Amino acid sequence: MTKTVLTIDDSRTMRDMLMLALVEAGYRVIQAVDGVDGLETLSAEGADVVITDINMPRLDGFGFIEGMRSDPANRSIPVLVLSTESDAAKKQRARDAGATGWIVKPFDPVKLVEAVRRVAA
Amino acid sequence: MTDAVDPFEAIKVVFFQECDELLGDLEAGLLAIEGGDTDLETVNAVFRAVHSVKGGAGAFGLEDLVRFAHVFETLLDEVRAGRKACDDTMVKTLLRASDVLSDHIAAARGQADPVDEARSAGLVAELEALTRGDVYVAPPAMDAPVMDVPVMAALPVDSPAGGEAVAAEAAEVPFEPVPMMPGLPEADEFGFRPVAFDLKALDTLPPPAVANGWRVVFRPKGRMYAHANEAGLMLRELGRLGQATVTLDASELPDLEAMSAEEGYLAWTVDIVGASESDVRDVFDFVGSDCDTTFTALADVAASAEAAPAFDIAALLARAQAEVAAPMLLEPIVSMAVAPPAPGTAPVPAAGTAPGTPGKTATAGAAPATPAAGPSVTAASAAPTIRVDLDRVDRLINVVGELVIQQAMLAQRVVESGLARSSGISVGLEDLELLTREIQDSVMAIRAQPVKSVFQRMPRLVREVAEMTGKRVRLVTAGEDTEVDKTVVERLAEPITHMLRNAIDHGLEGPDDRVAAGKPAEGTVRLAALHRSGRIVIEISDDGRGINRERVRGIAVSKGLIAEDASLSDEEVDNLIFLPGFSTADVVSDISGRGVGMDVVRRSIQALGGRITIASSPGKGSVFTLSLPLTLAVMDGMVVSAAEQTLVAPLTAIVESLLPRAADVHYVGGHDAVITFREKFVPLIDVAQVMGFRAEPVPPSTGVAVIVETEAGVRAALLFDAIQGQRQVVIKSLETNYQQVPGIAAATILGDGRVALILDVDALVTNARRKPARADLKMAS
Repeated sequence: MTKTVLTIDDSRTMRDMLMLALVEAGYRVIQAVDGVDGLETLSAEGADVVITDINMPRLDGFGFIEGMRSDPANRSIPVLVLSTESDAAKKQRARDAGATGWIVKPFDPVKLVEAVRRVAA
Repeated sequence: MTDAVDPFEAIKVVFFQECDELLGDLEAGLLAIEGGDTDLETVNAVFRAVHSVKGGAGAFGLEDLVRFAHVFETLLDEVRAGRKACDDTMVKTLLRASDVLSDHIAAARGQADPVDEARSAGLVAELEALTRGDVYVAPPAMDAPVMDVPVMAALPVDSPAGGEAVAAEAAEVPFEPVPMMPGLPEADEFGFRPVAFDLKALDTLPPPAVANGWRVVFRPKGRMYAHANEAGLMLRELGRLGQATVTLDASELPDLEAMSAEEGYLAWTVDIVGASESDVRDVFDFVGSDCDTTFTALADVAASAEAAPAFDIAALLARAQAEVAAPMLLEPIVSMAVAPPAPGTAPVPAAGTAPGTPGKTATAGAAPATPAAGPSVTAASAAPTIRVDLDRVDRLINVVGELVIQQAMLAQRVVESGLARSSGISVGLEDLELLTREIQDSVMAIRAQPVKSVFQRMPRLVREVAEMTGKRVRLVTAGEDTEVDKTVVERLAEPITHMLRNAIDHGLEGPDDRVAAGKPAEGTVRLAALHRSGRIVIEISDDGRGINRERVRGIAVSKGLIAEDASLSDEEVDNLIFLPGFSTADVVSDISGRGVGMDVVRRSIQALGGRITIASSPGKGSVFTLSLPLTLAVMDGMVVSAAEQTLVAPLTAIVESLLPRAADVHYVGGHDAVITFREKFVPLIDVAQVMGFRAEPVPPSTGVAVIVETEAGVRAALLFDAIQGQRQVVIKSLETNYQQVPGIAAATILGDGRVALILDVDALVTNARRKPARADLKMAS
């Protein structure tokens, strides 16, 4: 069964790139451009895994994760945070918000797909 | 995107397009901050712009760009966090940094020369100094010690400057370096590692280094599950690494009544043979403190160690499944790694594993087959736009143009057939005309773009010219969202650039002169766009010294452009600067004197069907006004006839039409006719005669006078034989198909299939006004 990955990033480049790597690896990809859009897309279409950027307009990645986790239906959906910040503080903050794991940008497609596979049931 | 295009290259194209947008946002944000905008979201947007550039650049291995963006971003992060004040110095530096960032992008794109290293390095030093909170002191020339002024490009890879960050991270989080592709650089001093994006690597991943083996004991806490990490998936990961033996410790498992669905009760001990420590630790990278974990090399695990009470996993699973209703903890166990996933269900073909790798269990070797379901993509639900090939839009516009002509022809035939206006056919035809026009407007709207993209490039230009001339300049822009056809937008950049340069170089005075003249030391240049009567008007004004008419006149005389005794109005003197070969700068400066005069600007504007006019007032400044058609494809025109010829006059130029009475027409100096219009005299131009359609003038009272107004606001009456009607015409360039003809702007095809010439009203009026009275002025128009 094809799994659906929701990618949330305000950068078109990054969205395209995630799409390219994930589609290549056999996933179905849906996209959103910021946290608000992400929440809407998730509730409308659902997803097996979510990959979200941190720095975004309107609602950032932390806000998105908190918002999504507040809905019991979304509590078991793994969320990977995509961020150039590889420092521990950001990771901890993402984890506190409810993130499952993270991918450091710029990502290696192998690592990306591995990370997704690792959290996807 | 066709199959032939490398998707990676296609994304790169998108990346650079996005960079343009991001640079625009960046500059707009910085200028807003400079203008006093204190909204945190503005700073955030500025940060995000640089951040996104860096993110994308990293993916493409554009190291120089990444390095510069990183330093830039670091400072912006400080500003964003409120740790650094965003004062004038800061904004100025950030603006210059955005210019250099733009250079880096252009260089990475291959559109420009390599970046000026010294400038870039200087800015890096400035940015870093600001980040540290130092007052930046420019380094002494050549012998500046590297450590005092860290020049990034020159820094050794393991520089101590950024080592802390990497070390700090390493201490906190087990960090396994990303497998590098050969020839790629190691992480730089910021721990930032450009990663080339290579999809082939998905298929050719090298097998992980094999060690003797590790024992992992892990006990997930409830919150690990709350973060959607699953113990079962972690076991599956461990199972991929090597031969795994899993022992479950369920001793903490309470009775069903006492069990909380959100707690973690189970612990596992996993012995993995043939896996490296880093690979094993990597599996627990995400869960961190959400899970108690211990790692021990198998070699160190004493044979005598007490084994935890062991259970038969399958039996326990069966029991748990049967007993426990709350699925939270149990679902993952069902899909536990010890049971190999069915071939074909794994979404990742062979990633991380290679068939036949020694030491792999059957689990690890899970089917390298491609997933049964092929790649499936939904269109980006997020982006409400689609990208369309420009050719397709242009084809559509062409077809719509033909439709307009066809519709006009049909209307003509219907009229000729003598059908009543109230007949069904006529009424239907009218509706068709409305629809055709709507289609046309919609198609044109597709090509319409805001002038923003051009305006956004100007602040930088102004800064640079100001720096070169030592003048203080403030650029004010207005109407950036004014839309105009894409072709017009693209071709506006050069004339606007040139005129802004002129405005600063020639128009504005130096700060001292300005103060002496009682003006603020900082000069203002205004760039504005607006829609006016179906055209776009661009105004470039300055509050400088205005045009020195005496000097302009002197130069024109000395260059033989006008006769010494020519009598010219102020307006005409101002317009002399548009003559070919005219240049007011005594010394050709770097800035505006690039061998391109205002005549070239004027010609490029005219080529777009536009006009340029100037209004100057000594000591107060000058205003250059460009007026351009919104589209180069269609226009509304009045079809008229003059001496058997059918002509089209642009509707935008027409004020009204009247039947001249003989009493209203007067003659000045023998043959120059004027006509009374609203109690004023306006020149009456016999178009047929001026255009050479007939040699002798006809009495004005036999024709129709159409009052027109030029861009400069000059009114004149054009005399035609008759008015045929008003309609929309498709513009066909005369220059492309024939050659430029004075007084004629273009041609069109009428409803009956005839070719009609479209009049260039401004040229007609200007030439006719000047020809008899001012033969001494060789004004090219």
